[in-house]
Amino acid sequence: MALLDATDVTGGYGGADILCGLNLTLSRDEVVVIVGPNGAGKSTFMKAVFGLVNVRAGSIVYDGRDITNNKPEDIVARGICYVPQERNVFPSMSVQENLEMGAFIRKDDWRPQMEKIYELFPRLAERKKQPVGQMSGGERQMVAMGRALMLEPKLLLLDEPTAGLSPKFIDETFRQVKRVNALGVGILMVEQNAKQALAIADRGYVFSSGQNRFEDTGRGMLANKEIAEMFLGG
Amino acid sequence: MEVLQLVVYGIVTGSIVALGAIGVSLVFSILRFAHFAHGDVMTVGAYGALVGVTLIGVTPMVAIPVAILFAVVAVLVAEFCLYRPLRSSHPVILLISSFGYALILRSAIQLVAGPAPQVFKSGIQIPYRFGEIVIRPDHFWIVGGTILIIVALHLFLSRSKFGKAMRAMSDNMDLARISGIPAYRMILITWVIAAALAAVAGVFLGMDTRLHPVMGWRLLLPVFAAAILGGIGRPYGAIAGGFIIGISMELSTMVIDPGYKHAVAFALLVLMLIIRPTGLFRGTSL
Repeated sequence: MALLDATDVTGGYGGADILCGLNLTLSRDEVVVIVGPNGAGKSTFMKAVFGLVNVRAGSIVYDGRDITNNKPEDIVARGICYVPQERNVFPSMSVQENLEMGAFIRKDDWRPQMEKIYELFPRLAERKKQPVGQMSGGERQMVAMGRALMLEPKLLLLDEPTAGLSPKFIDETFRQVKRVNALGVGILMVEQNAKQALAIADRGYVFSSGQNRFEDTGRGMLANKEIAEMFLGG
Repeated sequence: MEVLQLVVYGIVTGSIVALGAIGVSLVFSILRFAHFAHGDVMTVGAYGALVGVTLIGVTPMVAIPVAILFAVVAVLVAEFCLYRPLRSSHPVILLISSFGYALILRSAIQLVAGPAPQVFKSGIQIPYRFGEIVIRPDHFWIVGGTILIIVALHLFLSRSKFGKAMRAMSDNMDLARISGIPAYRMILITWVIAAALAAVAGVFLGMDTRLHPVMGWRLLLPVFAAAILGGIGRPYGAIAGGFIIGISMELSTMVIDPGYKHAVAFALLVLMLIIRPTGLFRGTSL
């Protein structure tokens, strides 16, 4: 059974629809990447999954439950965490405090999970007390992912995690995404660095103008000449 | 020696201004609007303590819980009837509505307590003498109480789960929501803390001088000046700003008429806005 099953998702911010009947499924432990031109509705779709965009028609089913238009705080409680593209950390707070905020709704002991995250991102373990606002873009991205992982989500939504990063950090971020996935977390990711993202993806989708254009395995998409020319920058 | 004596008065005034400014700064950092009724919430607190002092016969310090109760009720009424319904509108509309609420509070106090100044207790206090410096017992209570509150607030913001969540909300409201931090509960906590601090500031102001329906309103300018000086939205900055404003106001009486004390706060505010509009510590933007 699919972990996430979105059917004919239609909606937007209140004006004209940005999402015009999108379909997407994600199995447990899968990495799925959405690529496509600007304005295709990739990020908006992700926000719709997280309840930040109004879905006018269609349905989003997560783990057997309809979560269409649920409030973000309820969706978080069900085990989906979302890392926005921008402003995804608390800059004046320390690394440790950022992670604690990720665990805000947890009632049980979250310290073991924090240790796991420090193992996953050793750089953060060295800088527990440092304000995140003083850290580099790549390190911030680790904090952002770490915060989201504090809830031990079953599904992680990543909106362009490599945007604005230097090539060195881009590679590192993708390796980390893969490592997070290895912990048993399903990952839905929107990416501009489409080729690299598809290289670590189980499956990929191409969205354009709010509609599905193409879907295949990550490898299959990279091998497809037409897709490569149109959407992956040649 | 006169300078030292004025610095002592400045620390007392600064304590009161700082308590008010922390509240203004906290409210701004979470709700993103300048709360113009804050001065009058102080007045409500002071008169609340007066109710305790008159009815139960306790000292103003002991009546502080009564003061806090009055101020918290005043602020929560405004939150439910005024600020919450208007939340989605422009911040300027909230600002103006808080200005209106300030007038309501002031008039209500005048209606019930009368326009004449009142005191917590009459009679002369025997001051302590330290060389040529004179310190009234009340001044010890005011400064000591303020230090205690600042330490408690610091521990709350840096150690407790809800204190940290408050800083998270102030840092990045959207991300706080995404993390599942209950925004509305945090807003209510912010109001309660801001109102409690304002109430204490009002009681201290009443102890330092006397009670009057416009006492808090008159202090609003120095309070705002302190909050902006410290970088609006930064509670620690507001503390520094409060003491800077308080001490400058008292020191200025050496060269100008004491009646113009508040103009000094205003001048400092204007100067700050010209030289460093973000405040001593970089403040929150809208």
